[in-house]
Amino acid sequence: MATLPDASRTAGRATISQRTLRTDKWWLQPLITVIVLVSFVIYSTWRAFSNANYFYEPLISPFYSPCLATSCVEGSTNFTPFGGWWILSPALIILIIPLGFRMTCYYYRKAYYRSFWQSPPACAVSEPHKKYTGETREPLILQNFHRYFFYLGLLLNIVLTYDAIIAFRNHDGEWFHMSVGTVVLLANATLLWMYSLSCHSCRHALGGRLKHFSKHPVRYKFWTVVSRLNTRHPMFAWLSLFGVALADFYVMLVAQGTIQNLYFF
Amino acid sequence: MSEIERHSYDVVIIGAGGAGLRAAIEARSHGLRTAIITKSLFGKAHTVMAEGGIAASMGNVNSNDGWQVHYRDTMRGGKFLNHYRMAELHAKESPDRVWELEAWGALFDRTADGKISQRNFGGHEYPRLAHVGDRTGLELIRTLQQKIVSLQQDDFKEFGDYEARIRVFAECAITDLFFEGEGDGRRVAGAFGYWRETGNFLAFEAPAVVIATGGIGKSFKVTSNSWEYTGDGHALALRSGSTLVNMEFVQFHPTGMVWPPSVKGILVTESVRGDGGVLTNSEGRRFMFDYIPDVFKAQYAETEEEGDRWYTDPENNRRPPELLPRDEVARAINSEVKAGRGSPHGGVFLDVSKRLPADVIKAKLPSMWHQFKELADVDITLEPMEVGPTCHYVMGGVEVEPDTGAAARVPGLFAAGEAAGGMHGSNRLGGNSLSDLLVFGRRAGLGAALYAQAVASETGAGRPALPDAVVEAAAAKALEPFSRQGGENAFTIQRDLQQVMNDLVGIIRTETELVDAIASLAGFRERVAQVTVEGGRVFNPGWHLALDLPNLLTVSECIAGAALVRQESRGGHTREDFPGMNPEWRRFNLICELVDGNVGVYKQDLPTMPDDLISLFEVAELKKYLTEDEISRLPEGIQR
Amino acid sequence: MTYTASMRVWRGDDEGGELVDYEVEVNEGEVVLDIVHRLQATQAGDLAVRWNCKAGKCGSCSAEINGKPRLMCLTRMNTFGEDEVVTITPLRAFPVIRDLVTDVSFNYEKAREVPSFTPPVGLEPGDYRMTQVDVSRSQEFRKCIECFLCQNTCHAIRDHEENKKEFAGPRFLMRVAELDMHPLDTLDRKELAQDELGLGYCNITKCCTEVCPEHIKITDNALIPLKERVADVKYDPIRWLGSKIRKRDGL
Repeated sequence: MATLPDASRTAGRATISQRTLRTDKWWLQPLITVIVLVSFVIYSTWRAFSNANYFYEPLISPFYSPCLATSCVEGSTNFTPFGGWWILSPALIILIIPLGFRMTCYYYRKAYYRSFWQSPPACAVSEPHKKYTGETREPLILQNFHRYFFYLGLLLNIVLTYDAIIAFRNHDGEWFHMSVGTVVLLANATLLWMYSLSCHSCRHALGGRLKHFSKHPVRYKFWTVVSRLNTRHPMFAWLSLFGVALADFYVMLVAQGTIQNLYFF
Repeated sequence: MSEIERHSYDVVIIGAGGAGLRAAIEARSHGLRTAIITKSLFGKAHTVMAEGGIAASMGNVNSNDGWQVHYRDTMRGGKFLNHYRMAELHAKESPDRVWELEAWGALFDRTADGKISQRNFGGHEYPRLAHVGDRTGLELIRTLQQKIVSLQQDDFKEFGDYEARIRVFAECAITDLFFEGEGDGRRVAGAFGYWRETGNFLAFEAPAVVIATGGIGKSFKVTSNSWEYTGDGHALALRSGSTLVNMEFVQFHPTGMVWPPSVKGILVTESVRGDGGVLTNSEGRRFMFDYIPDVFKAQYAETEEEGDRWYTDPENNRRPPELLPRDEVARAINSEVKAGRGSPHGGVFLDVSKRLPADVIKAKLPSMWHQFKELADVDITLEPMEVGPTCHYVMGGVEVEPDTGAAARVPGLFAAGEAAGGMHGSNRLGGNSLSDLLVFGRRAGLGAALYAQAVASETGAGRPALPDAVVEAAAAKALEPFSRQGGENAFTIQRDLQQVMNDLVGIIRTETELVDAIASLAGFRERVAQVTVEGGRVFNPGWHLALDLPNLLTVSECIAGAALVRQESRGGHTREDFPGMNPEWRRFNLICELVDGNVGVYKQDLPTMPDDLISLFEVAELKKYLTEDEISRLPEGIQR
Repeated sequence: MTYTASMRVWRGDDEGGELVDYEVEVNEGEVVLDIVHRLQATQAGDLAVRWNCKAGKCGSCSAEINGKPRLMCLTRMNTFGEDEVVTITPLRAFPVIRDLVTDVSFNYEKAREVPSFTPPVGLEPGDYRMTQVDVSRSQEFRKCIECFLCQNTCHAIRDHEENKKEFAGPRFLMRVAELDMHPLDTLDRKELAQDELGLGYCNITKCCTEVCPEHIKITDNALIPLKERVADVKYDPIRWLGSKIRKRDGL
């Protein structure tokens, strides 16, 4: 239990010594968040640094796409602006974007402020910090750049959608085939689109910033659709996170030969 | 005794509901220093409970509407007992009062062409109620509150002080008014009160006081009114030597919640019926078709089919009888329950679930949906509500001069809103309350401002001086409950008083019961005089109620007294022993006054409607209300 | 259906206080406020409680019930077990006056810091035209009954008294959003929201939304859109450049 706020901070308030009088399991939600996010970070760090088993024609792991360095395994890329000087795992170049997008996401902010930073751990449960400035100054004021990560994320979504489309080929590059890997990459791309489109910045850009919806009927229509998706933004945030990890995991299993990429036709 | 705070204002307004705030805005706009005093926090007044809308003949939905039509509806609703001039001012000015709210930031629901949308309501011929979902009262109070804040911001820019010219004394109650002069020269000099928060006293020096304290609903056990409605303003006016009019007329809203017991009385908005809800009894019958009185036969549907068609085609069909004025519906429900055709918890059924799709119900009646879901665990999109009459509004109030809101007999005293009487006659139409607050709130604020300016120019800007002895006497009186021993708890007395009023002076009245009630109320005087309080002065609800109780008792005596005298049934006054309206009685108002501490009731002629107004009606209709003698003296030119 | 409940009520004032245990009768369908009233009428005549409408419309009876900020009139007793101790405490973010009543004047002071609705010059009352789609967003925020539960719950001030000076709280930032979305308001309060009213203190942890008895989506519909609008003018160089070139306002 955290120490009690000192008297000067609570002048004149009712003297109640408990940190909270909540009787429900308020600590459960932040605990789950920590466990899931930490697991993901461990897995993704390991995979990002492993620099292996991310490509098996025609499947590429979303952690490594687009692969932008010459060190990328053959066939995984034909666009390498980072050339040969990049000696680390090529995943680290591209993962900046989803990392930035999710770190600045309005939903993930809530999730990690509550669970990791305990600010607050749950409603009406006092936080352990002596001072709080929120997002008023560096570095957290940079959260306001969320929209730029959103735009970059859209580009990435296009690439990953392209990856899913080229997965309609067989191992020899022939079109009009479909495998479990195709489904996995399609599902991943779809979830990422849902996550991006339900984003608060997207909602704002498409119509939220307007003062008069009535003068912009088409953007209003977009806004209403995105607003509906937006209410499920947290769900898409988690599903797409699992989706990315599962897609990578599947490609890894295939690439290292643990399983066969089963083709339907 | 602790120090008594002294304040000096041009206008003191008691009450921060719609009428009080609108009066304050007007007085402040005339440059006067204005105090607003409220028993609650700023913005919590009972006005927030108003759901349906503000009646104003803007004609946005049906362009046939106009002030004359609104006037006619109001007079019919009040059974022609309204003060004609008040009804006239109200009908003419309410559109401006609504539009002005919009300029202060109110966001009403809109029509397709961007105007303020208007909805149907009981007794109104055309869709007339400007509304915001079913939370119009909240919008009204918040808009006025924010307008006052904006005036304070102006003052801050000008004087560096938000409260330079308008200050809200929140959680502060007034217990006495002060006067100066004798005989004909006697006039208001200020007010005395206490902070609920600390129990400390304050005295206001002010030439003009506006009473905007709302109603008296806490006299009754089953009521939609909050604890504040203890008739403070009514009683203050009486004790000042002013008079009350029409106190026998108490509106029982036909649809209050009846279950669970703890929410009994909480309002179910009339919009439920306006939007298609129907009333049925335990046999499933839409019983309202059996209760259309003769005076309304022409305007209401005779078959369910016609009534149902009206919702989509009001031009060619008559409205369903569920939308009769409130007194009619309340009596009908009362009769059904007495005849054994009530719902399990002693009400009748009000059903929208079979009439509208669930999403429409949630969009049109959001707070009703929440209210039933959260308070009664009933989903109104799936099952009917159980409803029954609940004390909702008092038509009676301080007798005022219509144009200025000046209270009878006492210079410097003004009244507006529910605390004032005359506007609604024997029965108020839904939606006419919010417009009443705005129209007469403004007029009373203006009247008080002009009066205060006149006094200032006469006395050279000096404010009335309050002698210490007078102020200290008021303080001593307020502290009496602490010094007494062995009396009863104020809550117990209030509960017993409410029971007496509910049982004997309720929706249906009769001579023997009224006589019992009056005797019984006399017995309460001693109990109220002996009430004792435990604890200290800091935020002590027991003490607060002890100070409100004499007010509650006084207004209860007025209601019972006037109800006994009026030997007919009209609007919010139903006598089992005198059923039906009697045109002879329409010629009189009953006036209550306080004589040596006792409530007296006397008859007073109703002001005569001028020719231009009475000509708005057809003789055939007037014959239902007026005596033969009055009919024979109608002006030429009126349609016969 | 009647049973005896164990209630624990905070009694005291600004000099101190404690939780006091009571045994009190509960009947079917009752809410916490009924029980508090029964205590008042039978066992504790001077128990201070603020309330008005008892129908969830006025926002007066805010308190904390089993640690959760709620309206007492909207908290049904049957949501607790019959053997559960129900604890009622005053709002914790504001100074206590006595028992369950707190001094909420902070909120009224903050209300004055938001510049009022500013219609176009020359637009006469009666000539206002607004479409329903343009007013719906602000109408949601105007459902606010000013119970101040959001203000009380927000950790930025609940846990940090010192931030009260800088931070107006969710209710009044929502008011800024309401005016910014009002189709006929002409004043730009975005810089003010960030620089004076402390929008940056909001870390969108959504407790305001969680406790709102009116179910207003304060965070998603008011605070985040306001943050985005502020970003448009303060943290988006591309948009800033665009606005300099194209001079479009009053979208």
